[in-house]
Amino acid sequence: MSTDPGPTTQSAAGAQASQGAEGPRLGRLLTPRLRRVDLAVAVLLGVLGFAAVVQVRSTQEDGPLATARQEDLVQILDELANRNDRLRAEVSALEQTRADLSSGTGATEAALVETRRRSQLLGVLAGTVAARGPGLRLTISDPDGTITADVLLGALEELRAAGVEAVQIQGPVTAGEPDVGPAVRVVASTSFLDAAQGGVEVDGVVLRPPYRFTVVGEPATVETALGIPGGVVDVVEGRRGRAAVVRDEDILVDALRPLTPPRYARPAP
Amino acid sequence: MIPALALVLGVALGLFLEPTVPAALQPYLPIAVVAALDAVFGAVRAQLEGIFDDRVFVVSFVSNVVVAGLVVFLGDQLGVGGQLSTGVVVVLGIRIFSNAAAIRRRVFHA
Repeated sequence: MSTDPGPTTQSAAGAQASQGAEGPRLGRLLTPRLRRVDLAVAVLLGVLGFAAVVQVRSTQEDGPLATARQEDLVQILDELANRNDRLRAEVSALEQTRADLSSGTGATEAALVETRRRSQLLGVLAGTVAARGPGLRLTISDPDGTITADVLLGALEELRAAGVEAVQIQGPVTAGEPDVGPAVRVVASTSFLDAAQGGVEVDGVVLRPPYRFTVVGEPATVETALGIPGGVVDVVEGRRGRAAVVRDEDILVDALRPLTPPRYARPAP
Repeated sequence: MIPALALVLGVALGLFLEPTVPAALQPYLPIAVVAALDAVFGAVRAQLEGIFDDRVFVVSFVSNVVVAGLVVFLGDQLGVGGQLSTGVVVVLGIRIFSNAAAIRRRVFHA
């Protein structure tokens, strides 16, 4: 039948024949024929091309796992599980480290806060920070110039005995303008001297009457201590002065004293 | 001519339709393609040697594909599917290479 092509392929066969007899086998391969077997060959090759392209595309699209075999997948899964376990262990170790570090940071933070708090408390004692709290104001006026340093020292001793925690002395003061004169923070080393030109020299600062003690401490206790017979009020009035005590729930002791480092003393551990 | 056109048509269909391979066929399709390629190379060689026969080609093509698929299926059932498919690919690859060598000798006389 191949030697007798059908009418539909006559022209093609004629063209083939016109090329001469060279390569008759190749010509036979390329000559269109319509037998059932040829159709089967064509279909098979079409299926082959189709399947090859589909396979290539699915390999490209799905990656290597989609075409992997079951046992390979199981092996890959096992490896992944092992690696997962290792990474999980690593994560827990790192989290432990992080917890240790952060709790260490917390301890440092707490120590810092505690140190700051102690520094503030010591600052109140040393007079380097302002102090605020309930207390009273004791104003000692001296119309006759008879209030000397020992009276003020006695008053301070009374206040200390009553448990006051922060004191400043200011003078002169007037009723309307309480903050006129210089103010001196009273600390452990505070000294009182009679000034030559009148008034009292407190830690080198000359104060003039009236003097005002601004005191932070338990107000009722301090007031009672000041008012006892033979106490501050009694002594001042005995010298023809006047002592006025005003309680206040919000006293601010804001006179400060510079911190002078000790020349000889060193902290001993 | 018609087989070549059919091959091109099949490739074009695969490119345009973008079908997905059914999961059941996924292990067999690559093996089947390699087996079919072996049959095609054998057919080209036979054509060049003048002993090509349509029916032989059709039968060898189909049987190649079926046998390769069966071997892989059997291997899967026995638990050695991976190794067997590798073996099938190796054997078919060797055949393809020898056919390609024969074709080369025929075409280039070298």
